[in-house]
Amino acid sequence: MVPPVRSRAEDVRPLLEMAAIRKSFPGVMAISSATFDLYTGEIHALVGENGAGKSTLIKILTGVHQMDAGSIRLDERPVSFRRPVDAQQAGIATIYQEFTLVPALTVAANIFLGHEVTGNGLLDHRRENRLAAELLGRLGAEFDPDTCVSDLTVAQMQIVEIARALARDAGILVMDEPTAALAPQEVSHLFGVLKELSGRGMGTIFISHRLDEVMAMADRITVMRDGATITTRGVDDFTRTDLIEQMVGRPIEQEYPRNTASPGETGFEVRSLSGGTVRDISFTARRGEVLGLAGLMGAGRTEVARLIFGADRKASGEILLDGRRLDISSPRDAIRSGVCLLTEDRKAQGLVLKASAKDNFALANLASWSRLGWIHQRREQRRFADRTASLNIRLAHSDQPAEELSGGNQQKLLVARWLETNSEVILFDEPTRGIDVGAKYDMYLLIGELAAQGKVVIVISSELPELLGICDRILVMRRGQVAGEVCDASKGTQEEIMALAV
Amino acid sequence: MHSDVKPPVAQTPSRSRGGGGSRRFFTDYGMVIVLAGLCLLFSVLTLSEQHPVGAAAAEDIADNIAKIVPGGSTVLIMAQNSDEDAEFVRKLSENIGGANMILLPPATGAPAVMRGRLAELDSRSRTFQYIITTNNHSATIRLILSQFPAFSDVKVIVPQSYKWPTFLLPDNIRNVANQITVIAIIAIGMTMVIITAGIDLSVGSMIALSAVVVAWLVGQFGGAQASTITMLLAALGGILVCGGVGAFSGLMVTGFRIPPFIATLAMMQVAAGLAYIFSEGKPIYQLPDSFVLLGRGTEPFLHIPNAVILMLVLYAIAHVVMTRTTFGRYVYAVGGNLEAARLSGIRVKAILFSVYTICGMLAGLGGVIMASQLKSGAATYGLTYELYVIAAVVVGGTSLMGGEGRILGTLIGAFIIAVIQNGMNLVNVESYTQKVVLGLVILGAVLVDRIKQTRMNRKASWRGDKAAA
Repeated sequence: MVPPVRSRAEDVRPLLEMAAIRKSFPGVMAISSATFDLYTGEIHALVGENGAGKSTLIKILTGVHQMDAGSIRLDERPVSFRRPVDAQQAGIATIYQEFTLVPALTVAANIFLGHEVTGNGLLDHRRENRLAAELLGRLGAEFDPDTCVSDLTVAQMQIVEIARALARDAGILVMDEPTAALAPQEVSHLFGVLKELSGRGMGTIFISHRLDEVMAMADRITVMRDGATITTRGVDDFTRTDLIEQMVGRPIEQEYPRNTASPGETGFEVRSLSGGTVRDISFTARRGEVLGLAGLMGAGRTEVARLIFGADRKASGEILLDGRRLDISSPRDAIRSGVCLLTEDRKAQGLVLKASAKDNFALANLASWSRLGWIHQRREQRRFADRTASLNIRLAHSDQPAEELSGGNQQKLLVARWLETNSEVILFDEPTRGIDVGAKYDMYLLIGELAAQGKVVIVISSELPELLGICDRILVMRRGQVAGEVCDASKGTQEEIMALAV
Repeated sequence: MHSDVKPPVAQTPSRSRGGGGSRRFFTDYGMVIVLAGLCLLFSVLTLSEQHPVGAAAAEDIADNIAKIVPGGSTVLIMAQNSDEDAEFVRKLSENIGGANMILLPPATGAPAVMRGRLAELDSRSRTFQYIITTNNHSATIRLILSQFPAFSDVKVIVPQSYKWPTFLLPDNIRNVANQITVIAIIAIGMTMVIITAGIDLSVGSMIALSAVVVAWLVGQFGGAQASTITMLLAALGGILVCGGVGAFSGLMVTGFRIPPFIATLAMMQVAAGLAYIFSEGKPIYQLPDSFVLLGRGTEPFLHIPNAVILMLVLYAIAHVVMTRTTFGRYVYAVGGNLEAARLSGIRVKAILFSVYTICGMLAGLGGVIMASQLKSGAATYGLTYELYVIAAVVVGGTSLMGGEGRILGTLIGAFIIAVIQNGMNLVNVESYTQKVVLGLVILGAVLVDRIKQTRMNRKASWRGDKAAA
């Protein structure tokens, strides 16, 4: 095992050692062989593609799953956790993507939930608030312990979760995709907090898809692939390309395939669009062009897409395709006019999770293979088979429920749905969020292909390298308006975008 | 897209659905097994001596009489005046008429009439050797016979009895089917509503409203002399009124976002009140005899009740609608994920509005059937029926969370409830205990659903791990 780079020789003492872990689920080997360790004051990142076994490994550590074979040692003592509570009591705090806070309670009440501060058998609110304020102060939080959790932002809730871990004297902090829902400045604040905690000896395990952040934050990185830990190295021993190659298990040439289509005429035009937080947005997009939409969280990117698509009611504005005014007041109108939107949250807004993959695919397209309400099932099956083959969607069978698919396949399934509508304008909102490197690459190729077919492609993304890599032109939004434009994305920089965005 | 850039790992976890067909059948229609088990249970519990009556009894005797009765004997057939006794006498006279024996004119009627007939024969010193009757009259006849010393040698012949479960008698099965029709028909609409993650509490009141409206309309336009057309229009009226009530609930749910539970709870009161207002609190009786054709009539071959045939036809249509049409697909989609359905261009409000309207119309039809069964309309009909309807849907495997459920599952659910009630009646379980058992059955069905769901979720959450990892 490579020792952590930062630790001085005398206090190199593993906080946690997981060795030869194996775990299988009925029919599938989830983890064939995993070895992982964590040192005091270390930030150790765990990376890998979807299905590589990261979450399973973490869930074994936190007592959610039980391992079939292997050993876990905590402070050099063997332990075994049968339930999540066991792991918590041993000082392992886990912060999942979905928070476990009670929205209706105050920050202080949440921090001490289950370990309430009492005096004479009654709750001691004053002392609880004081202790909570102290913890929050250490974490650089600027909100009151009295605040109701439902009034907090996602980033603030995360801080409350961390405060809760501290209140329980956790020695190990496990964070699953902590930055997925954060704006850039919130991410840097979180990282500041984590660095501070690790300076006090907290060991942090940190799962992320965002390789830039992993490279910036971690002391060491462990790569998992196909249910096994492939390598563990200090962060300085990895290059970004190395890391990706280790994750996918083969050399890659290029992370972002650039659009090679030559943009044609102006196909799509938005004139003084307003509604919700969006004020007076105008822009044009040419056929064959990939137009990016950048901006901070809450800048109104998603809102613009939803207004165009008719998902939200627009206050004013015109939308034109090839010079023709489109009359869109509902998603139904938009689809009929040849505009479609791949929403940012595929589970909440895209998929009917319990329904089969085929039914999900068919949802927006039933009219094209039904007559007087009668579904022509053979034609449906044929269209579905064609699309799944061309998009390389992996299914056990066409009736497999959407909820059983991996994130990448779910996303492709939604793309298949929208491609089948033969739309001319395709809005992608965070098309690669939460999907693995291979599926991301497929998505980039697809976006390029659509542009090459002369479609209007608009991509919203929080990952600036991605936007710079695949777009021809990028509009930057700030507070509901267009703040500026990067005319040639291939020459643009992240700094340029950020300067416009904040 | 390039398949060569896909990581090999994504190929491995294509978990097979193990054995496909049969296993899916059990998870989808596992309740069929429960129903079969219940039928078996009640068959065993109600196994008893069955005494043939009517035509069956006549045939049994006709088949065996040559072995029992020597040639040239004189035979008297005795029975009472019920339909099946008349059938017995007629069939028997026909079948043994040609045999080598003398047949006296049959003696049919109440015990007093039977005795009078024997007295008359006695006074004329007319002798005979055999009386043929059915098992349920043999004791009475022997008693009467003992009062005539002249006939002390006369033997009483009855058809052979046999062991058979009372539960499985054709009459009882028809009875079970007939009892469940109203609930089962309304449960079609309820299944659709529940699949959209809604509920309709007003169906019980709508039964009463429809029954009253139908009876009132028939009363207004002809009463006991009303024509068939009038009755059909009146039935349509009842169905449309309830469709209107359902549509109103649908409007409240879609247009004003009132939770379905509240909207239909209110409409439950409104419909019940309207039923009382229409009927002025009194049952309406003046209906033509032919009005009972729907509720009590049967088809001529297997004597399946007309209402049961209507129910089966409606289930067949509903099954096809829910599995083969865009409407059905949209109902599932709206219940599974309303927002995703809306963003896919589905008119979710129109779908929701339709299912409440359909449910109302079917409740109206249920009311028409009940009025026909009882040959009257009263505001007290259908009380607490909404609970049985919802129970049938839930027992049939439809999830109250929406997005899942099957029409044919509901039919099975309705039958499970009917079989339990009927079976408990047959084995003399008192009605209070029946309520307890029925409640536990509903709880059990939901529990099974929960366990199934938890298991599915565990699988899905493991999938989810992979997606999030």
